[in-house]
Amino acid sequence: MSDLGDVNGGPSAEDMMTVAASRALEGRRTCFVGIGLPSLAANLARATCAPGIVLIYESGTIGSKPERPPLSIGDGSLAETADTVVSSAEIFNYWLQPGRIDVGFLGAAQLDRYANLNTTVIGDYRRPKVRLPGAGGAPEIAASCKETIVVVRHTPRIFVDRLDFTTSVGHGDGPGARERLGLRGAGPVRVITDLGVLEPDPGTRELVLTSVHPGARPEDAVARTGWPLCVSPALAVTEPPSAAELDALRALTS
Amino acid sequence: MAVLAALPEALAAAVRDGDSVALEGFTHLIPHAAAHELIRQGRKDLTLIRMTPDVIYDQLIGAGCAAKLVFSWGGNPGVGSLHRLRDAVEHGWPRELDIEEHSHAGMVNRYVAGASGLPFAVLRGYVGTDLVDVTDSIAPIDCPFTGERLTAVSALNPDAAVIHAQRADRDGNVQLWGIVGAQKEAVLAATRSVVTVEEIVDELEPVPGAILLPHWVVDWVCEVPGGASPSYAAGYTERDNDFYREWDAVSRDRETFLAWIHSNVMTEAR
Repeated sequence: MSDLGDVNGGPSAEDMMTVAASRALEGRRTCFVGIGLPSLAANLARATCAPGIVLIYESGTIGSKPERPPLSIGDGSLAETADTVVSSAEIFNYWLQPGRIDVGFLGAAQLDRYANLNTTVIGDYRRPKVRLPGAGGAPEIAASCKETIVVVRHTPRIFVDRLDFTTSVGHGDGPGARERLGLRGAGPVRVITDLGVLEPDPGTRELVLTSVHPGARPEDAVARTGWPLCVSPALAVTEPPSAAELDALRALTS
Repeated sequence: MAVLAALPEALAAAVRDGDSVALEGFTHLIPHAAAHELIRQGRKDLTLIRMTPDVIYDQLIGAGCAAKLVFSWGGNPGVGSLHRLRDAVEHGWPRELDIEEHSHAGMVNRYVAGASGLPFAVLRGYVGTDLVDVTDSIAPIDCPFTGERLTAVSALNPDAAVIHAQRADRDGNVQLWGIVGAQKEAVLAATRSVVTVEEIVDELEPVPGAILLPHWVVDWVCEVPGGASPSYAAGYTERDNDFYREWDAVSRDRETFLAWIHSNVMTEAR
């Protein structure tokens, strides 16, 4: 385990994942936010490295500035603090579809080497072992945001060789796949986990481990990946969370 | 023309066994009281339509009201699974449930087409996903002007739409605001519509960003204060997040769920 020692109130692997995800929003203007970890990370970015970032939720709130990350994407605080609130038709057709939004933040139940995502079923579609919530906004977020960032825990159940169902397209079957499908956004540029950061290889589009968080080892990531995971020869170690980042995170979650 | 009515009478007239029904409200203004009335009336074989099935459809499905679900995201937001939905899909309890599954963008465009009197809508979506293979109401279409390959989704025209709103006047003009989801499209797409409201007022004060549904596109208006609970009505009630968390345990077990329905829905005073 890559536990950074939360016994003493220090940062946990989960905290590191959230902080790393928040940093990925530095310099971005707009972010389409999923609920859960992505929402926490996006709000942490707003409190730290990306104070002016416009957070957009699929419930139709644009420019939400909640004091606490909401339990659901429809919490009143998202609408009350928004620059504007639009209908479901408008949020998907006018705002997401044309490619106006810089970054989409996504989670998943399964992810493959090309960062294609499954949030639909585990097992057979018609008689699934586990029926997951389904697509929601994810397929079009993955297709139309200028870039996407995926935030998931690094476990063998999630990092699979083959998806049981393709809900959202990452880099498809490799080089040129997005262009062939007519997907206009660049797709996943980064996958952030509790162990480190993965990025698609510029040539093969396959995910490569490019950074490990402090205390995590690359072999942990390899062992928890369902395909032979490539580790970058220039493997970096993620900068540990700063006191300011941790304070901001505690303020959001306390 | 809108008729002011009591909820049991309105729903008995608007929703019959075998109908397709959209109870809309995207994470806000979810018409829970109306759903409970449908359970009390023992409606069967419904095709339930909704972007985010939420706890409201978990209850209708678990109570055996539904034959089919048309949806795009079926979870308990921020909490986890809808266990009654999962039990129906995974184990056929209390009965087999057909599903027709979309993305949010696809579902909302289906409502837009239905409200617009068109047979289908066009969007950039679904390409490369397995949803195309499992859902018949998704098909590729070529733009007649540029030749670009796009995606068509068939229109949704529910037999009935049921929504909750903040308020209505005595003529049945309905006003709702905050997160407004796809309620307007669902009402305009449906053959019949029922709106529950927090209150009926003499005059509708304008509210920034509010939607007004004129009385002549609404069939029944019912005053049901708190009718969205445990969801909420901005300006009137708060979302009961504890309920959503507690629903996880209630809904995991069939017997616990049935006991909950018995004491909170079936025996609730009308």
